[in-house]
Amino acid sequence: MNVSTTPIKAGLARGWIETKHTMRSYEGLVGFLAPSVIAMVVIFFLRGVDIEGAPVSLGSMSLPSLIGLNVAFGGLLGVVQTLTVEREDGTLLRAKTLPGGMTGYLVGVITETSIFVIFGAILVLVPGLIVFEGVAFDGPGSWLMLAAVLVLGLVATMPIGAVLGSLFSNPRMLGLIMMPVMGLVAISGIFYPLGQMPPLLQGIGQIFPIYWLGLGMRSALLPSDMAAAEIGGSWRYLETFGVLGLWAVLGLVLAPILLRRMARRESGSAVAERRERAMQRIT
Amino acid sequence: MSVAHTPNPAVVEAGPPLADAVIDVRDLRMRYGDKDVLSGVDFQVRAGEVIALLGPNGAGKTTTIEILEGFRMRSAGRVSVLGVDPAKGDESWRARLGVVLQSWRDHGKWRVRELLQHFGTYYAPFSTDRVARPWPADDLIETVGLTEQAGQTINSLSGGQRRRLDVAIGIVGRPALLFLDEPTVGFDPQARREFHDLVHRLADIDETAILLTTHDLDEAEKLADRILILAGGRIIADGSADALSRRMSTEAEVKWSRGGEMFVHSTVDATAYVRKLFEQYGDEIGDLEVRRASLEDTYMELVRQFESGGGDALIREFEESGR
Repeated sequence: MNVSTTPIKAGLARGWIETKHTMRSYEGLVGFLAPSVIAMVVIFFLRGVDIEGAPVSLGSMSLPSLIGLNVAFGGLLGVVQTLTVEREDGTLLRAKTLPGGMTGYLVGVITETSIFVIFGAILVLVPGLIVFEGVAFDGPGSWLMLAAVLVLGLVATMPIGAVLGSLFSNPRMLGLIMMPVMGLVAISGIFYPLGQMPPLLQGIGQIFPIYWLGLGMRSALLPSDMAAAEIGGSWRYLETFGVLGLWAVLGLVLAPILLRRMARRESGSAVAERRERAMQRIT
Repeated sequence: MSVAHTPNPAVVEAGPPLADAVIDVRDLRMRYGDKDVLSGVDFQVRAGEVIALLGPNGAGKTTTIEILEGFRMRSAGRVSVLGVDPAKGDESWRARLGVVLQSWRDHGKWRVRELLQHFGTYYAPFSTDRVARPWPADDLIETVGLTEQAGQTINSLSGGQRRRLDVAIGIVGRPALLFLDEPTVGFDPQARREFHDLVHRLADIDETAILLTTHDLDEAEKLADRILILAGGRIIADGSADALSRRMSTEAEVKWSRGGEMFVHSTVDATAYVRKLFEQYGDEIGDLEVRRASLEDTYMELVRQFESGGGDALIREFEESGR
């Protein structure tokens, strides 16, 4: 038994067990399925809506974008939510009492989040390939592109989620994080081409990973002549990997610092105090 | 066991660390802002000892324990837990500690056996020839009396069962030192008795040192080899329950019957009083009962004296009797 690999193995097992628990619970399953299913239904009705000069419908264009959005949402909010909730209920403190427990815990969160994001992508991708005209894999390059964007998307969003999750100790503050994220979705070209928005919004949208995840997924799944509808008339592979890579580096630098700070502050009295506050809100 | 383990402060400065001490705390201080929560705490715990840390709310019990657990930085003083400064404890140090805290509600969807098996895996690399880690899950579940609940989800456990699971998690790594914070809150009398047996077993067989906090003084008296009373940021008393009550010269209660009538008398020296009683009445005395002051009486008296300003005198008294 190895001292340094044991927590990692334990974390992988932990992530898988947590995934099974979520999938088995009613609210967990609904929470996982509902957003994708609702979005799919909306997009389904957009199959007939044509975009000027584009060879595929708005629906077909939105489907890959939706996969990109799911990666961003799942990676970022999945981690934020898990960290804030499990800090309050004492899961994190429990992990702190185990040797290598913090490493195991984080590997568990990463594992569970990744599994859900990958399942979520498959959930949208499979019906998408069947029902939506123009959504297809064009050789192994497309597969590779989708996989690469998905993995890099996870690496870019999960650490940022960890940063936010360690800054907000109160699960009820999640709404505060949700609002700007929703705003970002509106200007990220997921449901409406960003190129047709005012230049200022275009600029802001292109700072954040959501736009690039959508673009990356579109480049993998749509016919190559659709690139003409994008900003700059190209798939901009270099920029996609560049921006996502920068976010990944930023998150991977900040996350360990903030997670360590968060873990250091965790103690029995800290958990008890938060519980006390939560109780006061209820009564 | 002598009454006071509180060493003379003058000796502490130069004193070498106790060779066999599991916990060695010297002049521990903690300050939040301009408020001193701990102002010079000294005590030692040896392998296999069960120590109860008592004190009024806000006396600094939780702060002390959290410093020892490595969850909180101290302001000053020397602290050694299993030979290591808790502020610098690594994972192999952590593996020899067991922590049972209050108010857990985590892992609600996990099943009892599943969780203990999972947590056990973290300890496997720290197994030694002398101590096999982790404690096999089913064996441990039986030890804490949760065999029937082994397949249940944790959400479905009762308060007492949940608490026993907390204890099981605390000892799954077969710790050399176990921290128990209010361990039997929510236990029914039978669960409490079983838990006490478990604590004795851990201390006797596995040589596990146990530091527990409780407000149940009866429990402290039954479980602990030694009682530490923390008040005003210092240890104001350190000794066995018996020694403390003798030290405090608290009055014992003598009950007897004579000629069909019951009598009660409170006295500091029960032995002398009973001797006199027999000298005077001989065979007429029946139903004799001598009840020494309980830990509760002693505790109340100690805290009362301390709060009425006798703190320093009290500590001096204990130090002197320890020489």
